[in-house]
Amino acid sequence: MPSKPTILTLPEEELVHPGNRACSGCGLSIAYRIGLKALGKDTIVVVPPSCLTVLQGLYPVAATKMPSLNVTFASTAAAATGVLAALRSLGKQGITVAGWAGDGGTSDIGLQSLSGAAERGEDFIYICYDNEGYMNTGVQRSGTTPRGALTTNTPVFGKTQDKKNVPAIMSAHEIPYVATTCSAYPLDLYTKIEKAKAIRGTKYIHILAPCPPGWGYDPKYTVKVGKLAVETGMYDLYEIENREFRLTGASRKLLEKRKLVPVSEYLKMQDRFRGMKDADIEDVQRRINKRWGAYFEMFKE
Amino acid sequence: MSIIESGNVAAALGVKLCRANVIAAYPITPQTPLTEKLSELVESGEMNAEYIPVESEHSALGVCIAASSTGARAFTATSANGLLYMHEQLHWAAGARLPIVMCVANRGVGAPWTVWNDQQDSLSQRDTGWIQLYAADHQEIINTVIKAYYVAEQTSIPVMVCYDGYILSHTHMPFEVPDQEKVDAFLPPFRPNYALDPSMPANLNTVTLPEPRNNIRGELAHGYMELRYLLHEGMIRAIEVVGEAEQRFNEIFSVSGTAYMDMYKCDDATYIAVAMGSLSLHLRVVADILRDEGIKLGIIGIKLYRPFPCGIVADALKDRDGIIVMEKAISYGYVGPLYSDICSCLYTQGLDGPSPGFPYVHNYILGLGGRTIRTIDLMDAIRPICTGKRIKDQPGWIGLKI
Repeated sequence: MPSKPTILTLPEEELVHPGNRACSGCGLSIAYRIGLKALGKDTIVVVPPSCLTVLQGLYPVAATKMPSLNVTFASTAAAATGVLAALRSLGKQGITVAGWAGDGGTSDIGLQSLSGAAERGEDFIYICYDNEGYMNTGVQRSGTTPRGALTTNTPVFGKTQDKKNVPAIMSAHEIPYVATTCSAYPLDLYTKIEKAKAIRGTKYIHILAPCPPGWGYDPKYTVKVGKLAVETGMYDLYEIENREFRLTGASRKLLEKRKLVPVSEYLKMQDRFRGMKDADIEDVQRRINKRWGAYFEMFKE
Repeated sequence: MSIIESGNVAAALGVKLCRANVIAAYPITPQTPLTEKLSELVESGEMNAEYIPVESEHSALGVCIAASSTGARAFTATSANGLLYMHEQLHWAAGARLPIVMCVANRGVGAPWTVWNDQQDSLSQRDTGWIQLYAADHQEIINTVIKAYYVAEQTSIPVMVCYDGYILSHTHMPFEVPDQEKVDAFLPPFRPNYALDPSMPANLNTVTLPEPRNNIRGELAHGYMELRYLLHEGMIRAIEVVGEAEQRFNEIFSVSGTAYMDMYKCDDATYIAVAMGSLSLHLRVVADILRDEGIKLGIIGIKLYRPFPCGIVADALKDRDGIIVMEKAISYGYVGPLYSDICSCLYTQGLDGPSPGFPYVHNYILGLGGRTIRTIDLMDAIRPICTGKRIKDQPGWIGLKI
């Protein structure tokens, strides 16, 4: 393992140019900037339609210094498979292949090809940046939109179903590495991607990427919102390595402190949750308490 | 070497001879024995390729698109609903100008389910920007696969090699397996203009605007519409390339094939029946019998359907008394797709400009979902047209029991 990175030891070269087309305060742009540093230049990226397509620039201008293949919405993991197969067949070595898709492209339309590739054990890193909705098409609900969130197609009651647990689905494929991280913790994100690079087989990394226009908060709070998601226990940072689950980073610290920030602080910062009544918020809190109660039980020192 | 094998195996051996690098496929009847054979060739080490058993046809072509974008020679095969499931990827492969080759063992599409042959599957994918070649027997299947890679790589346009499910895919016939050395001489290694490479980063297939736009060097780069025009122009140029491939193939293998269509007893024919695939060979029997009755019938089997060799087809048909277009597909609510293409090319594309009085053109739909095509029914359908019968309502249906 390389020594723990600090903000001073991250590679200096920027693979994402400034002045790209991401919205101000975009969680993805932090994640992509740091993520590409971790993946390194010898990487081929596969991208389905998503905010990332827009971030990467409109023809003939590219915002990233990476070979990048834009593919159809459902085929990210199949395309990453194809890149790998071609590299193997042509005897090209030392190139990392990464799929980088949004939550809709992963949890909904792309799940079949992702599941197929994971079952085949394709040797790539699949990264899902989760901004909890179809933000690029104007904030519609996705499989990973949390309960209660107002979106443009759940405009009155908010989403009435739970967030789909994609890391758990990927873990059920018994792949060697599943990790969750958040754009608010760039070093955690960097470490996990760097770690995934060294593992053979299918690696899945889920990144919570707060979205100012989609979630309804001031762009300057992207890091704060991301941190609150973790500190309230709403979103957990963990790794599942060789089927072993372990809380990591800021979530691990919560375990040590044994104290969560009330989830209302997270929910009330965001306009998308404005329709939630006190009882709804209490329900979310109850679910968090239950999950974290189990963690406290499981990881008694 | 001459062997007796199925049409699917003929296709697989063609793919092996072309040294495809990456094969991705999902099982569907009647394509399955083709990809089973390829998996066997790869697993046994007889063929040096990557075989990816994907979880869907959409992914099969997804793998091929990415493999081709990374510089590999890619192959897939499918039938019927599998091809339709690829529909989005068909446009993507052609739009990205990737020289992928795919075999389609033609089968009717659901609902309701059928596994038997017609050509509705590939003909309904006419406008996806793929070159479409139709083979009529096993020899044509293996030869066409080899020519397909040449044409695809010369034009940067993907090619579909279509052959009738069961009738060709599952029947055994003798055919010549071309020598590997000659195939290597015919088909040089794939050298793409660009392949994904970290030392030369590029962002492929990204959002392209309605108008041309400057790149960072200040040069004007194409807008979306220019890219679409160039694909169309490439397709038109592909007519020439298909001809050149045929000539090159004939020279290297010392055979005499034709590129665009096979003509049987057409020299003195006053009537011509046109079809694609195995039906064109079946119709030769009909021509022989009707000629005994004094009817001068010739047969044309169209081999290149897209791009449509319009001028060549029009030239072969324009001076006849009548044309009978026999099709295993229909554009619901109108006529068979080949019939409208032939009418259109006769009307607009006679080699000397618009044809003044083009021949009567009759359309028959037949053999859908594997409906038996009886020689006697073909004769009974064709005979009245050749003796002056004219029908206003098109198309007619052969063998319909309703």
